[in-house]
Amino acid sequence: MAGETAVSVRGLRKTYGKVEAVKGIDFEVPPGEVFGFLGPNGAGKTTTISMLCTLVGPTGGSATVAGHDVVRERDEVRRNIGLVFQDPTLDGYLSAEQNLRFHAELYGVPKGLVGDRIRQVMEMVALWDRRDAKVMTFSGGMKRRLEIARGLLHSPRVLFLDEPTVGLDPQTRSAIWGYINRLRRLEDITIFMTTHYMDEAEYCDRIAIIDHGEIVVIDSPEALKAGVGKDRVQIQTGDDGAAIEALRERFGLEAAVHEGAVTFAVPSGEEFVPRLFAELGMPITSVSVSRPSLDDVFMSYTGSTIRDAEAGADNLSFMRAMARR
Amino acid sequence: MAAEAIGVRVPARGAGHDLRAVKVVLHREILRFVNDRTRMVSSLVQPVLWLFVMGAGLGSLVRGSIPGIDFRTFMYPGMISMTVIMTGMFSAGSIVWDREFGFLREMLVAPVSRGAIVVGKCLGGALVATAQGVIILAMGGLVGVPYAPGLMLTLLAEMFLAAFTVTAFGVMLAARMKNMQSFFGLMQMAIMPMMFLSGAMFPLANLPSWLHVLTVVNPMTYAVDPMRQAVFSHLDVPERVNALLNPGVRWAGLQVPVPLELGLVAALGVLLLGVGIAEFRRAE
Repeated sequence: MAGETAVSVRGLRKTYGKVEAVKGIDFEVPPGEVFGFLGPNGAGKTTTISMLCTLVGPTGGSATVAGHDVVRERDEVRRNIGLVFQDPTLDGYLSAEQNLRFHAELYGVPKGLVGDRIRQVMEMVALWDRRDAKVMTFSGGMKRRLEIARGLLHSPRVLFLDEPTVGLDPQTRSAIWGYINRLRRLEDITIFMTTHYMDEAEYCDRIAIIDHGEIVVIDSPEALKAGVGKDRVQIQTGDDGAAIEALRERFGLEAAVHEGAVTFAVPSGEEFVPRLFAELGMPITSVSVSRPSLDDVFMSYTGSTIRDAEAGADNLSFMRAMARR
Repeated sequence: MAAEAIGVRVPARGAGHDLRAVKVVLHREILRFVNDRTRMVSSLVQPVLWLFVMGAGLGSLVRGSIPGIDFRTFMYPGMISMTVIMTGMFSAGSIVWDREFGFLREMLVAPVSRGAIVVGKCLGGALVATAQGVIILAMGGLVGVPYAPGLMLTLLAEMFLAAFTVTAFGVMLAARMKNMQSFFGLMQMAIMPMMFLSGAMFPLANLPSWLHVLTVVNPMTYAVDPMRQAVFSHLDVPERVNALLNPGVRWAGLQVPVPLELGLVAALGVLLLGVGIAEFRRAE
């Protein structure tokens, strides 16, 4: 089993009535990777994750998770995956530890390991001190952490996180990411997640951009951003006018003053900076190079920003709702 | 912090695993019950009211026609059933609650059979309802029911059986329900007529024939009657009064024996359980 892909998807399709939620997608996720599904709400992310987790049957195509077919070997798949849903699925009336014990029994974790493993996963998300507190007293971020711990309890090969930080404040979001990165180092696990936050996609080894039920592109965030093309370089000099003139003459670049700095775009900024210093012929007091953001990437592949795409989807569903009345 | 992760190998599915699932679902049911004092008290209020207020009131009205027995003693088995039925239904209703709050999903995505989860739920509900019934059992002395060990054990077993069947019935109803309001609405609609027609509140002797038919087809009749026969077998009641208050259930003039009544309740419980499991399999 070792070395085989963690997730493998071939021509996977799902239709609801006439609506094609997922239109025949293909991809593979090697073991150990953090793989992200990036797309606006309604793009088919949750439908895909539900098919991979055996919660929804595909209309066509096939998929294997941890080497098991999601349709024919449902229980095998379930044994080997951990799930964290968008909405909490904890029992608020039980304590944190009781929730995990329930999970351990349900997943048949060997009895001798239950106590130690619960302690380990709870320490990983820094909730061991709160193990006896009822879950209903937890904040949204604590609940999410507890769910991540629970998802890991039975040592799954693949952990599915559906929008793991949606609805959380920025501080809590970054804390959650801290825990996810820590668990990557501790556990031998593949992480498959969906998000519509651009900044979170940065944490992934590879991302697939999904739009209208189709995968538009799959690559590492770095490669995707490089694919967009140019980096943005900003320099500070004693004489901005002369600097702009010099950039035009010596490098053939169009520059302008933005945010109080001389700004221009070049294909690979970091490699350009040494040449700039050598050949510009005037002192530079500071320089900054910034990569294109994933927003730029999303824009260049789908023709709209993710916010516009979501606003569009919302409008569409609003209009549908109105039409039904 | 220990750097070495504890690797868990989850074993393939087997009977042992399903048994653990049954046990943990049952265990949760008990934890939830023990933690919820309000529910414990509220499901006792109705039967206690019926027994001590309605029972006393009606008792003074009929005292002359039933010499040698307190009317509340007659009502007692009915109120045990009522307690058990209310509590069992509440337990079943928590499935709807779990669905609303997401926890049902945690159970349904686990690599265990739906059957194990439903059986655990029904056994848990039955156990909790029996525990609740024990409180009423303890009040027996106040209404003239002797604390004979044999009687107590018989009632306990019959309570558990009735509780299991009613929880299975509730689970079957809850399998499709999306919100608590509609479940409790449906529950009230189902329970009230079943209570009224079971002989829990008034004797089934000398009823008009249309009413008699309804009581005979009401499954709850067969849960209440064995308890009443058990209580009356430990009392010294004049024959005439016994015939009036404890007539048993008759099919075409023949009295249905207690083992058959209990068998019917058990068979119905298993049948409802099966339907419940099938519904959960399909709902996926």
